[in-house]
Amino acid sequence: MAQLLRIATAGSVDDGKSTLIGRLLYDSKAIFEDQLSAVELTSRARGADVPDLSLLTDGLRAEREQGITIDVAYRYFATPRRKFIIADTPGHIQYTRNMVTGASTAHVALILIDARNGVLEQSRRHAFLASLLGIPHLVVCVNKMDLVEFSAQRFDEIRDDFRRFAMKLEVADLSFVPISALGGDNVVQRSAAMPWYEGTSLLHHLEEVHVASDRNLIDARFPVQYVIRPQQANNGDLHDFRGYAGTISGGVFKPGDDVTVLPSGFTTTVASVWGPGGKRIDEAFAGQAVTLQLTDQIDIGRGDLICRPANRPHTGQDIDAMVCWLSSEATLTPGARYTIQHTTRSTRALVKQLDYRLDINTLHRDETAQSLSLNEIGRIQLRTHQPLHFDPYRRNRETGSFILIDEATNSTVAAGMISRPTQHEPNVVWHSGAVSRGERATRGLTVWLTGLSGSGKSSVAVEVERRLVASGRPAYLLDGDNLRHGLNTGLGFSAEDRAENVRRVGEVAKLMADAGVVSVVSLVSPYRADRDRVRAAHDEAGLPFVEVFVDTPLEICEARDPKGMYAKARAGEITGFTGVDDPYEAPQSPDLLLRPEDGDVSAQATLVLTLLERLEA
Amino acid sequence: MTATYELSHLDLLEAEAVHIFREVAATTERPALLFSGGKDSVVMLHVAAKAFWPAPVPFPVMHVDTGENFDEVIAFRDETVQRLDLQLIVSRVQDDIDAGRVVEETGPHASRNRLQTTSLLRGITENQFGAVFGGARRDEEKARAKERVFSFRDEWGQWDPRNQRPELWSLYNGRHRKGEHIRVFPLSNWTELDIWTYIRDERISLPPLYYAHRREVVERDGMLLANTRFLTLLDGDKPYEATVRFRTVGDATCTGCVESTAATADAVVTEVAAARVTERGATRADDRISEAGMEDRKKEGYF
Repeated sequence: MAQLLRIATAGSVDDGKSTLIGRLLYDSKAIFEDQLSAVELTSRARGADVPDLSLLTDGLRAEREQGITIDVAYRYFATPRRKFIIADTPGHIQYTRNMVTGASTAHVALILIDARNGVLEQSRRHAFLASLLGIPHLVVCVNKMDLVEFSAQRFDEIRDDFRRFAMKLEVADLSFVPISALGGDNVVQRSAAMPWYEGTSLLHHLEEVHVASDRNLIDARFPVQYVIRPQQANNGDLHDFRGYAGTISGGVFKPGDDVTVLPSGFTTTVASVWGPGGKRIDEAFAGQAVTLQLTDQIDIGRGDLICRPANRPHTGQDIDAMVCWLSSEATLTPGARYTIQHTTRSTRALVKQLDYRLDINTLHRDETAQSLSLNEIGRIQLRTHQPLHFDPYRRNRETGSFILIDEATNSTVAAGMISRPTQHEPNVVWHSGAVSRGERATRGLTVWLTGLSGSGKSSVAVEVERRLVASGRPAYLLDGDNLRHGLNTGLGFSAEDRAENVRRVGEVAKLMADAGVVSVVSLVSPYRADRDRVRAAHDEAGLPFVEVFVDTPLEICEARDPKGMYAKARAGEITGFTGVDDPYEAPQSPDLLLRPEDGDVSAQATLVLTLLERLEA
Repeated sequence: MTATYELSHLDLLEAEAVHIFREVAATTERPALLFSGGKDSVVMLHVAAKAFWPAPVPFPVMHVDTGENFDEVIAFRDETVQRLDLQLIVSRVQDDIDAGRVVEETGPHASRNRLQTTSLLRGITENQFGAVFGGARRDEEKARAKERVFSFRDEWGQWDPRNQRPELWSLYNGRHRKGEHIRVFPLSNWTELDIWTYIRDERISLPPLYYAHRREVVERDGMLLANTRFLTLLDGDKPYEATVRFRTVGDATCTGCVESTAATADAVVTEVAAARVTERGATRADDRISEAGMEDRKKEGYF
């Protein structure tokens, strides 16, 4: 099964971009003889000795006349392994808006660097735009290696220089290939001229780059696009058919799934999933265009979003976003109103504030900027008329992106990438003689993971703590088993002792949260009443308490049995073991439900952190 | 737990086209689909029917009829429209000639190809279509490689290639004022080979011209033209019979065929995969006008 890979290239003829594309097309036999003879004819007419392959990609008269790329052109080629779509975009700063058009859906960005010139302002700008648009894979082609005598040293210099700059960017996967597009070195075949290069050819790299895991398959998101109601009087079966058509933006949907419809909040289940033309689908996933039937008749329309009850997107009207301004006629200024198009929802939006303008060459933030003009990028605060259901762009390109449309001209004037819900500054209130919570450097809270022994609570808690600390946030893991060695020495497993165990851990968590730390608690805490008391204590103290139910089925916990306890309990060596001969009372309405199908430890930790972000919005 | 959650590239292209159809149907008043009976418009209509299943296609189809079409194609068009229970609107070039809105070319190379633009725009205006689906693909021609999926047309029906709307992610902006319209190309990212592979996999029926058959042809400028009642024979034209098929089907005066024995979709897929000449380069006299032939026609409002 051939996969599809979308590639964006940026650069100008001078970098050899068109020559490289021409080479990829030619060597993979995607250029046809009549196209080549037309190019040869024109090249000769202009006095060129060799065919100018850029004539293949520059499709507009003005581009051929000026010898530059103005707008994005799409090219197609294939190998037995993959089909490739190249969005060939302009490199000049004045055509940034056309570059982002081509780059917005790309899996891979190709950045060309002339080996003689090294990393230029333009290379840095392209890398930044690729990172801003969330292109997961960046391939830096150091071109014209033939003109630097195929020097390994020169290649290393450029690579190190680029890496230093890229450290400031969010690039998941960065690789470097030394090439000569003109001679074809390392483009399709490995070059004999650069024996020191240990990597693969560019084409081989493009065939291998792993993109399947770039999609978000965790957060189920289905923006309703169109309601299908045949209502054909002559067809009794279909008269009552009501299907919700759309393209899955994230996660997986299957018949029987519990789902929540936003904004109504109504929860129902998926009755059937249909592919185009009425093909029944057992499990549909991100990227598929499907039609969902639900078990309950609910009022649902275009712009609504279907998700899982325990994994919802942010819902809100105040949004922080990076925008690229695309209009040459108007500027973006605070106070302006636009139509915002986000997933399948359109509403009006007010630009409340311009936080800063970003210099896309130096990444300098100019917080004194008053406006954004064509091709400029900045961060803004938006307030929308209707709430949007969104995820951060870093998490989901589909539910995290939007465009702004000028209502007078109908032009698309901005491309937006949502950072997060607008953070409201806490009100700092002075309490005489004491340090108030608002004055502390950080805000604390308690994340309480409950679940059976072996459910994976501790693994998730460890990962959550690690990532919080890595992000610069104080966090501390309170693990039930470990605490029994100190704080709770002497407590057993009777109902009373368990209650006291939970109370003590709850009090410690509360103190730490008050001190500004995120307490991550991993504790079986089997009894509902005990947990509810901890929540009440937090509520009383005005501290956030997040209950996470790690809902791993008993069979799986028992199969894992990391400490051999289930075996002992089944053998009767210990008694009063939760899940075997002592009850576990599941939370009735946890703040978050983690199930094995949500993914591995890392994915589950992400769900916890996403929830925290949302709560703190 | 071995699900890889991966789609083949054809499934992805179909999903993209389905998304585009639904987007237009949900947001644009009075869309219509341009249907000529040519393979791209047949595939486009097939995907449209799948997009709205089990409901019928919620818009009419329009054919710009030069009056010089192959009979088999017109018959196929009418059968298809009847089978899918669609409303067919025909905008005839002959009507524009009769009304004096356009003047027919004369001479042996005369073609009504370029006159179609007037009839196309008239059909759009008369029916107040806000969006018109076309089967054009970006791999066909270098000016088309530059065009957006949602391509804005002003009140004169013109395309302004220097000032196209940015088009990011799957967020399509189809807003326009009354009198303006949007051309929508759901098959933008399909190649000729994708079209044929899809025709094979989905068992889509096509006019018989697309498969190898015996026919009388005339060779001109390295192209084989079918000897039909629309063709004026020149001195030196020597019609002969050959086994041919058409890679594109347009006006009978300017659409050439190629020698081929590919009589099934399977055989055509094999042939197309090995082809070394583009379909338009091989068979379309209308694209040979100049390097910017298509760009200029598109600016005027052509397909």
